[in-house]
Amino acid sequence: MYLTLFKTFFKIGIVTFGGGYAMISMIEEDVVRKYQWVDKEEFLDLLAIAQSCPGVFAINISTFIGYKIRKTRGAVCTALGTALPSFIIILLIAMFFHRFQDNRIIAAMFAGIRPAVVALIAAPTFSLAKSAHINKANCWIPIGGALAIWLLGVNPIWVIIAAGVGGFVYGKYMKSTE
Amino acid sequence: MVFLQLFIAFFEIGLFGFGGGYAMISLIQGMVVTRFHWLTISEFTNVIAISQMTPGPVGINTATYCGYTAVHNAGYSTAVSVLGSATATFALVLPTFILMILISKMFMKYMHTDTVQSVFAGLRPAVVGLLAAATLLLMTPENFSTPDDPWTFWVSIVIFLATFIGTKVMKINPILMIGCAALAGLILLY
Repeated sequence: MYLTLFKTFFKIGIVTFGGGYAMISMIEEDVVRKYQWVDKEEFLDLLAIAQSCPGVFAINISTFIGYKIRKTRGAVCTALGTALPSFIIILLIAMFFHRFQDNRIIAAMFAGIRPAVVALIAAPTFSLAKSAHINKANCWIPIGGALAIWLLGVNPIWVIIAAGVGGFVYGKYMKSTE
Repeated sequence: MVFLQLFIAFFEIGLFGFGGGYAMISLIQGMVVTRFHWLTISEFTNVIAISQMTPGPVGINTATYCGYTAVHNAGYSTAVSVLGSATATFALVLPTFILMILISKMFMKYMHTDTVQSVFAGLRPAVVGLLAAATLLLMTPENFSTPDDPWTFWVSIVIFLATFIGTKVMKINPILMIGCAALAGLILLY
């Protein structure tokens, strides 16, 4: 069973490009439909919690499912399975890339890739703003946070803590009086 | 010493990295580039690019790469550097691994309470800000060159705009866009 858990998540880890969210449908296919470890409704519930929690999303959801099936040992198997493929691949790249990165051809390719990567990070900012229901009343939160980090060099951790505490205080003391 | 720093840095990233993937980038950048100088900004951007082209989560990929590079640059052998990778990745995963188990064990019923939900409600808009900050922090001369070198500068700007429109409006696969950018770089910036 432990081996099945490890293998399933190792396989998911190996084939999903583009990070955590691309993994959702793969995980659902195996965990909900093929092995029926959790039912669809519970899976969506775990998904929502894993998404709101900090850390690597793919690891969060794997840990949840591993724990659900075989407690802590199961969670170790699934988390390890998810992390191991990218760990091995990136380790190999890290070992050899620094030898090639001064190569003129590689350097030129990465000079082209870098601005593209910045665009790939910029693009989801707007769709995320939409799904987080950013409007005229609350747009100062992301704008202020981004400027504090970018211009003032504030550690993003403080922005996160402030936002969490702010949400808590707002929900507890201000929302009810409105 | 470098092992302890790696552990603390990635443990903090794992603990405070809300929003996953790209939203973690400004956090990782703050630690890895600004605070500990393990990678330069262009190396860091290269790692994100490599992450896009290989399977697996961006967080794990950066931790693995950084762990290796930091220890290797501190003058240790390859075998010890592999240990650095393992340390960083383990530290990144540890806090939420524990948190997920605690939630499964006893806090599942609290996840839907108003208190927890209002904390999340505060975090959501902030995560948008973190993502915007990641973009702004990566818009540097190392990644885009400067107007002093107009050719490289304008080619970079055009690649940025083309990729933005390509993924956002035309919904082209990001890996394909990176491939095109690499080709453009090879032809125009060699």
